[in-house]
Amino acid sequence: MNNVKERLVNGIIKENPTFVLMLGMCPTLAVTTSAVNGLGMGLTTMVVLALSNVFISLLRNIIPDKVRIPAFIVIIASFVTVVELLLQGYIPFLYDALGIYIPLIVVNCIILGRAEAYAYKNPVLSSLFDGIGMGLGFSVALTCIGAVRELLGAGEIFGIHVMPESFVPVSIFIMAPGAFFVLAVLTAIQNKVKINGEKKGKDMSKIQSGCGNDCMNCSDADCTHRLYDEKADGTNKKAAGSKDEQTKEEKKNG
Amino acid sequence: MVKELLVILISSSLVNNVVLSQFLGLCPFLGVSKKTNTATGMGVAVIFVITLASAVAGLIYQYILVPLDITYLQTIVFILVIAALVQFVEMFLKKFMPALYQSLGVYLPLITTNCAVLGVALTNVQKNYGILTGIVNGFATAVGFTISIVILAGIREKLKYNDIPESFQGMPIVLVTAGLMAIAFCGFSGLL
Repeated sequence: MNNVKERLVNGIIKENPTFVLMLGMCPTLAVTTSAVNGLGMGLTTMVVLALSNVFISLLRNIIPDKVRIPAFIVIIASFVTVVELLLQGYIPFLYDALGIYIPLIVVNCIILGRAEAYAYKNPVLSSLFDGIGMGLGFSVALTCIGAVRELLGAGEIFGIHVMPESFVPVSIFIMAPGAFFVLAVLTAIQNKVKINGEKKGKDMSKIQSGCGNDCMNCSDADCTHRLYDEKADGTNKKAAGSKDEQTKEEKKNG
Repeated sequence: MVKELLVILISSSLVNNVVLSQFLGLCPFLGVSKKTNTATGMGVAVIFVITLASAVAGLIYQYILVPLDITYLQTIVFILVIAALVQFVEMFLKKFMPALYQSLGVYLPLITTNCAVLGVALTNVQKNYGILTGIVNGFATAVGFTISIVILAGIREKLKYNDIPESFQGMPIVLVTAGLMAIAFCGFSGLL
């Protein structure tokens, strides 16, 4: 049970995908026009993440190492399709609000990142809770960002008017530029925390470690996410620090 | 017909800019925009891949998924086709056009699973675009991406010489810049 709690805390606080790692920026900016949309997107992602983590963890000894990325993509895309159809059938208002960003959950790097970094190496139960923890962390983050944007841009939170009558909504915050400004302030706060932490000698390497050049790529755990990984071999499989091992091997061979 | 294509060209490249108003392809936009020449290289690679991918995805949708009545599988099919396509293009260029591979090759792996590529394929289906219209839409979207990434890279080159508060250095100031660019691009909405 300790492990379960540890995974949940890890996902929500220690490795919060948005606030700490800065993963999955596209949906973070696009759907946080209101707190409800943010929460909806977060929970949808959580369901896909938990299901795909469980499935990948179940199949981790069957999937060959060389084709693991396409296998992950097929599994994730299948669950995304299932969730998309369910949303269309049962929560149509959310389906309309999130639009094209629902199928784009497939390329959300949080999901492939967790598959590669955690579910492919760990048993089913902890993978499930890793998915739920990460998904909750993502939901909390999106809801907060959505609430801030909704508050400034419309004077409301969850559709309830909270600001005094004299408050003039700054409608730019619910438009596209506002998303960039809110994220800019957020990353500035991260920088501040990072700089302060480093002064005190704490390990702050996790902060902002996720943002790579590619939506699906995580700079975590040297995953390159190619369809066919030419370098992958048996030794690569269960080792996160495989780069070091490879260089060692090369030295031996040389 | 020509008029319709022209409208799509303008609306996808400027008015509904893929990065600044739809937030697709943000990671390369923020990651590969430190220098103008790398940004241009990335932009050209994106134009190439998105145009090709929207053509292939359009053909597969019209001639395989629709006749077999399995359009609900579009997400799975598109993502696999796009990823495989980019890999094939990379191998092809490496083998037959080494000069082009030298200049574009480094960017191709970065675009394999870019959300902008999948986003264009899905938008084409959602808006019921035909194959030609889909290709034009893909091309225009990619041109919009290139325009914004090159502008951002230009601004970032100048930003280096400015005195920026410590906590705003790096990503935050880039995001503020992107936000100001987004405001500027809002002005294009009067065009159509």
